[in-house]
Amino acid sequence: MLDNTATSSTNPKMSARDVKVFYGDKQAIKGVSIDIDMDNVVAFIGPSGCGKSTFLRTLNRMNDTIPIARVEGDITLDGENIYSSKMDVVQLRARVGMVFQKPNPFPKSIYDNVAYGARIHGLAPNKAELDQIVENSLVRAGLWNEVKDRLSDSGTALSGGQQQRLCIARAIAVDPEVILMDEPCSALDPIATAKIEELIHELRGRYAIVIVTHNMQQAARVSQKTAFFHLGTMVEYGDTSDIFTNPREERTRDYITGRYG
Amino acid sequence: MTSTAILFLIAGLGLITWVFARARAGRFIQQGAASVHSLPSYHGWYAAMWAVVPAILFMLVWSTVAPALGSYAVLESPLAAQLPTDAFERAAILSEARSLSRNPDVKVFNDAARELAPLYADADRNYAMIGALAAFLLCFAGAAYAFTRIRPDFRARTQVERTVMLALLLASLIAILATLGIVASLIFETVRFFNLVSPFEFLFGLQWNPSDKVVDGQATGFGAVPLFWGTVFIGAIIAMLVAIPLGLMSAIYLTQYASANVRKWMKPILEILAGVPTVVYGYFAALTVAPALRSFAVAIGITDASSESALAAGLVMGVMIIPFVSSMADDSIAAVPGSMRDGSLAMGATKSETIKQVLIPAALPGVVGGVLLAVSRAIGETMIVVMAAGLAANLTANPFASVTTVTTQIVQLLTGDTDFNSPMTLAAFALGLTLFIVTLLLNIVALQIVKKYREAYD
Repeated sequence: MLDNTATSSTNPKMSARDVKVFYGDKQAIKGVSIDIDMDNVVAFIGPSGCGKSTFLRTLNRMNDTIPIARVEGDITLDGENIYSSKMDVVQLRARVGMVFQKPNPFPKSIYDNVAYGARIHGLAPNKAELDQIVENSLVRAGLWNEVKDRLSDSGTALSGGQQQRLCIARAIAVDPEVILMDEPCSALDPIATAKIEELIHELRGRYAIVIVTHNMQQAARVSQKTAFFHLGTMVEYGDTSDIFTNPREERTRDYITGRYG
Repeated sequence: MTSTAILFLIAGLGLITWVFARARAGRFIQQGAASVHSLPSYHGWYAAMWAVVPAILFMLVWSTVAPALGSYAVLESPLAAQLPTDAFERAAILSEARSLSRNPDVKVFNDAARELAPLYADADRNYAMIGALAAFLLCFAGAAYAFTRIRPDFRARTQVERTVMLALLLASLIAILATLGIVASLIFETVRFFNLVSPFEFLFGLQWNPSDKVVDGQATGFGAVPLFWGTVFIGAIIAMLVAIPLGLMSAIYLTQYASANVRKWMKPILEILAGVPTVVYGYFAALTVAPALRSFAVAIGITDASSESALAAGLVMGVMIIPFVSSMADDSIAAVPGSMRDGSLAMGATKSETIKQVLIPAALPGVVGGVLLAVSRAIGETMIVVMAAGLAANLTANPFASVTTVTTQIVQLLTGDTDFNSPMTLAAFALGLTLFIVTLLLNIVALQIVKKYREAYD
């Protein structure tokens, strides 16, 4: 049995050590250790219910919103334990942003959607700087050209793919260090999916990116590192090319070749 | 024979028809008819319906027609020739004669009624007899008709189902017809009122001092603006100043902050508030809140504070409305998708920022709809204002002064000895119609807003 550590990086952005998550009496994550660095996009793959989304949500403490969820183990961001009492969860989530499975723009204008985070964190002292943040974020999310003439339209009026890029722009606007993406393309059509994948390529290096996906081709396309989850454990973690061509574990091979999951 | 007895007899005949028709249909099956469409009991119900429904419908119609026929018969008689020609007096004498014919102990004012009473008794007896006979005839005819139709291939089940559907349709139509009837009667009386008082005077006049005095062909003192103002002041301003913030905050607490346990016992308690009879709130307003407010007002130097104040009625009404606003807001906030809340939290927004900036704006249309429904309830509310708001039609924005409302004045105008033709009584109908129209519009707008909003998230 392989020990579930994947601590190859020398200077990880985030690292998890023996993380366990419980929903009430049920254990959803059974001791996962992983390092995430700035240079690589990390993909979490695995069958439904394997705990990959649950684990992702521990990385910015979104599990706090579920009353019965309990997290054990250590997760650090730049060496700082994010579950310590000194960590301000508001600060943490500003540094570790998240994009959800279903696009969830707020029922506000496109501008206000992107400006939301900058406003609540007081990032822009005046209107001009806020305008700049909004524009930069939309440009980086590849949405600027499509919406620059209708920034005051409602964000919910955009197409699904545009909404998802708006949500990415919204996450970028607070200048996070890590972006967590929870199956960001599962509600989108292939063209919109291709745009998001392209965007992930462009964002790489500027942010540490973790993406949960059901789609193995997608994992192969966008990530440099892949972690395979199964039944609450992380079975294998390594370079994406190795995982897909030459997995070390039997279970990984079975999943990759479509034998189950 | 009384109509109750006739009804029972017809019901009994229906039961007998049911038994026989069922037995007759049952024989088809015993005889091994090729294909029997309906179960025997459907044939039974079909025949029973034919026996009972036409007869009862006839009796309903007859009960409205027969008295008129009776009056005709009496008026035809030579005795009636001496009656006064004035329609109103004649009607009074006739109605006295009729009640005398039913109950000899009734006191009458017109002696003519005493002479006419026996005539009435005769006529009514005759027509009752005719009615009963016709009803029985219809009952037998219906049963016989249905009996002849009982065949193996007769689709009794389909017929019975259709009748059931018609009965249900009728039940739902009755509520609608009742509403229409109420509106029609209000409109009718209001038109009569507007013949005596100009609509302009009523809707824009500033003096409310209703009396039956008529000056220059116009009754005066029917300017309803002080009443409209009082209604808005208490129901839409003071009550909402209490109910909107408290209701909204309690909804936010219950949906966002309260643990499942707290919610489990707090929500029912809040809903009990909605079930307290309004007259109890009225006591509370009149006996506890109003005197307390008055002493408070006097203590802070407002000397003309009345013991019946707009503030007392409005505050208590606001408390009464809290559960209403709270439960509407609760529903709207709960309908905002959880992903939106997560999205905001994941941006690093705090709980209260998320509520203020995302949940409330998203839930706003539903909340506004709920508030409008609450306003429409508040301005139609009667008991609290009757007991605590007073009767003085003051046009004032002083919450410690006594104001009066539309509902209070309706009660005032229609209680006690009233003459149904005086402008004072008719004014009550005009007020009622105004109130009805305003609450109807509020409800329509509110329901539209709520509906539109519900569609947005489905």
